[in-house]
Amino acid sequence: MISVNSLTKRYGAVTAVDDVSFEVKPGQVTGFLGPNGAGKSTTMRILCGLTPATSGTATVLGRPYAALPNPGRHVGVLLDASAQHAGRTGREVLNLGATLMGIDRSRVDEMLSVVGLTDKESNRRIRNYSLGMRQRLGIAHALLGDPQVLVLDEPANGLDPAGIRWMRSLLRGFADEGGTVLLSSHLLNEIERVADDIIVIGRGRIVAQGTKDELLRGAGTTVRATDERALWAALEAEGIVAQAGGSGALLAEAEPAQVGAAAAKHGVALVELRGADGRGLEDMFLELTAADAREEVAA
Amino acid sequence: MSANTVTAPTQGPAAESRTPHHASVKELPRISGPRPTRPVSLATLSRVEWRKQVDTRAGLWFMLSIGLVVAAVMVIMFFVQQGNHSYGDYIAGTAMPLSILVPIVGILAATSEWSQRTGLTTFALEPRRGKVVAAKTVASVVTALLSMVVALGLGAAVHGLAVAVRGADADWSLTWSFVGGMLLMLVLSLLQGLGFGLSLLNTPGAIVAYLVLPTVWSILGGMVSWLQDAAKWLDISATMGPLLEGQMTGEQWAQLGTSTLVWVVLPLAFGTWRVLRAEVK
Repeated sequence: MISVNSLTKRYGAVTAVDDVSFEVKPGQVTGFLGPNGAGKSTTMRILCGLTPATSGTATVLGRPYAALPNPGRHVGVLLDASAQHAGRTGREVLNLGATLMGIDRSRVDEMLSVVGLTDKESNRRIRNYSLGMRQRLGIAHALLGDPQVLVLDEPANGLDPAGIRWMRSLLRGFADEGGTVLLSSHLLNEIERVADDIIVIGRGRIVAQGTKDELLRGAGTTVRATDERALWAALEAEGIVAQAGGSGALLAEAEPAQVGAAAAKHGVALVELRGADGRGLEDMFLELTAADAREEVAA
Repeated sequence: MSANTVTAPTQGPAAESRTPHHASVKELPRISGPRPTRPVSLATLSRVEWRKQVDTRAGLWFMLSIGLVVAAVMVIMFFVQQGNHSYGDYIAGTAMPLSILVPIVGILAATSEWSQRTGLTTFALEPRRGKVVAAKTVASVVTALLSMVVALGLGAAVHGLAVAVRGADADWSLTWSFVGGMLLMLVLSLLQGLGFGLSLLNTPGAIVAYLVLPTVWSILGGMVSWLQDAAKWLDISATMGPLLEGQMTGEQWAQLGTSTLVWVVLPLAFGTWRVLRAEVK
């Protein structure tokens, strides 16, 4: 359970995180989506007590992170898989964590096996790890203390497709057992496939949040009829706003059920009726990225 | 990608979980028993911090090099003047190199969290940063004590050898004030290094500042006459000198105290304040 309230972080004139509020519920995977530089990492660092906030509060399991006793046993954190001493072995990193958290060393072997790092790999220095291996090690470290909450910043970076799929099912399983997961990514597709709830952030501000279904549903309905004009009329009569969606389809701002009912009421035969594929979310996301991309060009 | 190809030929549980075509992951193993409600103890943190000094290749070699330097000093003394030095002389010979090397242990303990970015993990596992600083202090002081033990042990071996092989005069006398004085010197130097490390949070910067400081004193002292007088109270490498002579006058204690305040207590206080407030990225 994570609760963030009116969090703001300013660096001089730059507002990296601007009045951000959200909740992350147990039993769910919550995706934290935004382009690079949108404020995801800063928010997550504030959440974990690593960056002081300018104003606002963040709590994990009902208290500020810094007030958690032995936090590694409650919250698993992976903020940057590459932030490890290059000359230390992967196994040693886990050993240090286990000693600090006061848990049995056998847990280190268990976690290495969970993330699929072999004995041999675990005894290599991290300098020789690929990014994917570092991510696996970081996930092993986050899971080490058997936490109730996971905070993972871009954990899929550097993982191969099989690894990404593996991580998705790992997080799914963790949430299904009642765990709370906050997972950030700059890739919509990645978040869409694993998250139950989605928080979209751009330029430090939350631009959308809700369940994945809500956000995708917000996109409206794609509907097509043999008699396009009759469909227009039917929708208009029922007060449903619509626009041309290309190749004879209409994009209606309503639920498929409402649109279907409107068509039936007015005797319009439909050839297609479906929710509009979350295009709204993707459009919004592209807009966010495009705006930043433009800015970069201008600068 | 590389992660997969590396172990492709191996079989076993690890290789199995790497081929997640059966998308479900085996159930996560749990830790039985209630979750802890007590904070991590300073003893545990100190143990972890000490281990971090020696569990990297660079750290281990640095520790070994301290032992090697001590050994080298004694071997040289063994061959100079027929090795005819007292046990105490052998120990005193290592004081200078040790007081240069040991503080680097403190510097590295403080700065590596930032230069290697391990602070992200360290301070997530123990957000009470003051406690982490305290643990680093304990762990580095332990190292300073160990270096003294190594000097005492090697000194005994070499002096014994000089007596047996080279016919040197056996002189095992060692005063507590000398041993205590040298220990205090090592611990103060170490704390100074830690203070510099915490204040600068940058490895090369802290090492350079630490090593250059005494030189700056001697250069300035040579050029500006009134600074010579100030140096008697502020140049910590000079004020620590009498510690090895076995007895300290009241004024020498006062001078040591003043310079310690400026070069050990202030950097430690400022550094701790800085670490408490710093953003860990």
